[in-house]
Formats: sequence, structure tokens, C-alpha cells
Amino acid sequence: MAVTVSIPTILRTHTGGEKSVAAEGSTLAEVIESLETNHGGLKARLVKEGVLHRFVNVYVNDEDVRFAGGLEAAVKDGDNVTILPAVAGG
Amino acid sequence: MLVIRRDLVDAMVAHARRDHPDEACGVIAGPAGTDSPERFIPMDNAERSPTFYRFDAAEQLKVWREMDANDEVPVVVYHSHTATEAYPSRTDVSFAGEPDAHYVLVSTRDPVEHEVRSYRIVDGVVTEEPVKIIEP
Repeated sequence: MAVTVSIPTILRTHTGGEKSVAAEGSTLAEVIESLETNHGGLKARLVKEGVLHRFVNVYVNDEDVRFAGGLEAAVKDGDNVTILPAVAGG
Repeated sequence: MLVIRRDLVDAMVAHARRDHPDEACGVIAGPAGTDSPERFIPMDNAERSPTFYRFDAAEQLKVWREMDANDEVPVVVYHSHTATEAYPSRTDVSFAGEPDAHYVLVSTRDPVEHEVRSYRIVDGVVTEEPVKIIEP
């Protein structure tokens, strides 16, 4: 399954400045593995101890994956995966 | 240095006062490459808390897509502190994910006098910067 992944500014150091990159997978976890193969270092910014990092929001199309299975969220051919920094604090 | 119109500062302060004692948050978008805040976008604090804020993830996606479509960036990311000074907390620093943004803190701890200060937060390092308020 080929998908397009939007990369936020803060993670573009891992993609050579690219805003959007291609990846493969049928779950979000597989997409992240595929990203890591081509853009080393991204996985550690997205996943911590087997779950999505609380500092990022990840969406498949318009859906926040936290409500769609997290790393097990299903991804279909042509889907858009969007990564945004969570904007939060105290 | 953050250069910002007075009406935009007033809008952030009004939002912070309105949501007090909960923290208020939002962004001010501006054309990419200009570093000029133009479009005021108050956001929901999904936490509705006096000590924490978090943009609602669905609202954030919508707003970030609008900015993308307009070739805008979040020039200012603001939130309020309702009981402490306008200085980034440890949590603020750990979450800071927009290296090009001016992080503006509004303190509403005093019922009359507010405090507005601006920071860059990059790789965990906080640098305060002057705020120059211009008349629209």
C-alpha cells in the first residue's frame, strides 16, 4: 500500500527538508518502519516504548489515529498520513 | 524579536482573560517567509485546565490544513498562564514542536495588569526575545 506522509517542519531534518514523502504499509506501524528505512531517525521521534509519542499527532486522512487503533490503525493505498507536533504545555 | 500589531496582542489578552482561570491557547498565522503574524486563530484548550493546555487534535488538523492551503505558517503560538509568570514551564519546553514559531506567553495572574512575553524554544533551549508592538 503506497501512502503519502506529510512531515512537519521539526522533523524535516530527517527527510532532507521534504514536506511530503512516500511510504508503504497496511498499518501505521508498517508505514513508520518504511519511513525509517528511507529517513533514519524518524521512528524514534514518533514511537516510544511501542506506542505513539505524546508529542505528536498522527492522522490517517482526517482521522486522529489515537481513536483508530494507534500504531495498528489501518492504512489503504492512496491514503494521506499527516504528522503534526502536538501543541500543548502547562 | 517579535513584531506584532497591537490589535493582535489585545486579542490574545482578551482570549486569556475570557478563559481565565483556565489556560487559553491559539495561533496567529502569517504568510510563509515573512515572520509577520496576521491572522488570529483562537483554539479550544482540550484540557480545559488552569495548569495545562492542549490543542484539540481535530481542530488543529483543520487549522494547519487551512494554513497550508493559504501558504501560511504558525508565526505565533500563544497560551496563558493563569497563576504564574509568563515564562515557559518545563512541559511547555518539552512539547515545543514549532522551531520557527514565536512562543508567546500571556499571564493573567494579576486581575488588572497582564504580562505578555515572547520566546523561541528550539531543541529544549528557551530564549526570550523583545516584543515590539506596532500600531495597525
